[in-house]
Amino acid sequence: MTLSGLLSQCLALVLALVLAPLLTGWVNQWRAWLQNRSGPGLLQPYRMLHKLFNKESVLAESASPFFRAAPYIIFGCMTLACAIIPMLSTDLPLSIAADAIALVGLFAVARVFLSLAAMDIGTSFGSLGARREMLVGFLAEPALLAVLFTASLIANSTALTTIVTSLAHREFAIYPSLAFAGIAFTFVSFAENARVPVDNPATHLELTMIHEALILEYSGRHLALIEWAASLKLFAYSCIGLAIFFPWGIAEAEAPLALIFAIPALVSKLAIGGFLLALIETLSAKMRIFRVPEFLASAFMLAVIGMLVHLLLGV
Amino acid sequence: MNALISQLVNLFAAVMLILAFAMLSQRRVITLIHLFAMQGLAVVGATTVVAYVTHQHHLYYSALLTLVLKVFLIPFLLHRVIDRLNVKWDIETLFNIPTQMIVGIGLVIFAFNVSLPIARFSETISRGTLGIALACLLLSFLMMITRAKAVPQVVGFLAMENALFFAATSATYGMPMVVELGIALDVLVGILIMGVFMFQIREQFESLDIRHLEKLKED
Repeated sequence: MTLSGLLSQCLALVLALVLAPLLTGWVNQWRAWLQNRSGPGLLQPYRMLHKLFNKESVLAESASPFFRAAPYIIFGCMTLACAIIPMLSTDLPLSIAADAIALVGLFAVARVFLSLAAMDIGTSFGSLGARREMLVGFLAEPALLAVLFTASLIANSTALTTIVTSLAHREFAIYPSLAFAGIAFTFVSFAENARVPVDNPATHLELTMIHEALILEYSGRHLALIEWAASLKLFAYSCIGLAIFFPWGIAEAEAPLALIFAIPALVSKLAIGGFLLALIETLSAKMRIFRVPEFLASAFMLAVIGMLVHLLLGV
Repeated sequence: MNALISQLVNLFAAVMLILAFAMLSQRRVITLIHLFAMQGLAVVGATTVVAYVTHQHHLYYSALLTLVLKVFLIPFLLHRVIDRLNVKWDIETLFNIPTQMIVGIGLVIFAFNVSLPIARFSETISRGTLGIALACLLLSFLMMITRAKAVPQVVGFLAMENALFFAATSATYGMPMVVELGIALDVLVGILIMGVFMFQIREQFESLDIRHLEKLKED
């Protein structure tokens, strides 16, 4: 492990933790603007976290120790996920710990713990949300894996850093398979991050909510950690998307100075991505929960066809 | 530079395949027609690129013909038909859409497998896209046979023609100009006749469901 590796790893981690709530705030702000509302301001997620961390945490009488541990585990999973995604530099000492498949596994661990914690109290909303979350999750996961496999086939490696290195720093080429994978990835990230066509993050309507139903029983610092983890998840998904489909501007291992340019590049890419996310969310209507399997089946299908096209065309 | 341009053909082919799947999963007639027009645009793009690379001037004319016919005229006619018939919204399918998707993946695998040995003998820059063209063809065919109403079936037929045209371009740099003109005219006349048919079906059965046509006698 070199000093520059350590530096870029720490920088990426700190940047993820600090910027993740800002990204959520940015998306919410644009959503508000696009809907002709004035919006809560960019810093609202930070104020929210500050408020929640200072509040007392109320636990249900029937809560087991598992219920208390879950927020820390989920937060840990998301932090590690952000640490192994090459968002600034491909020189990440921690990235040896997990490749693309293990990354999907990390998201799955977080999801399982969140669902179990929601069922732990025994309220009907919790188990309803948990079931819906697992329904969405088990359909989204193979699609995400297939997307990552398409990129892995191009780079001949499942390590995210190698994928980014080979996509960003070789001669420019058009990959039709990545077009399929890109659309599939967009579908999956909408489903996984509880965004509008699948779930509305701003609603507490019992008929439709998924993510909000899961965290209904949490309060205080636990809720803060879970909300922060949700922001980190959105951040992680955005960074995976940027790393695979728009990898330009990510610093190479041998060039630590490129980090200086990597940060504004990342921030501007995230700003554009966040705006597009808010735009799509505003333009689309929330679909019925029974349409979600169809939506995710098309994502899976597109990702599989991406792999097939790669095998057919050889690029 | 040349390598990048031939990759552009592949990209257009991929866009065609995405649109073929989008059409297969579409539930609204009006969006279906928009998708069909976009697929026509992808064919125009691919044909123009092939024409530019190979200096085959007649391909420019066929691209122009496709642009006028399949991107503007036929969608316009279809829009008029559905306006008059007032069938803008739902598409009825004979079996549900996720199943069709799975069948669609099977068809794509089949098409890719079949076309690989053929493409190996081809010398054209776009030989890899023959499999995609074949897959689009089969998907459009699937769409045609799984729809209950007449309008989506007609769109399926037209998408099939798109795929055939693309297959011809990618395999042999297009058919002779006379043949292409003939096909274009056939399609145009076909769509007019089908339009008349749709009105007739509607008049006779008060619905566009072609299952009514299976009854040969009045009971």
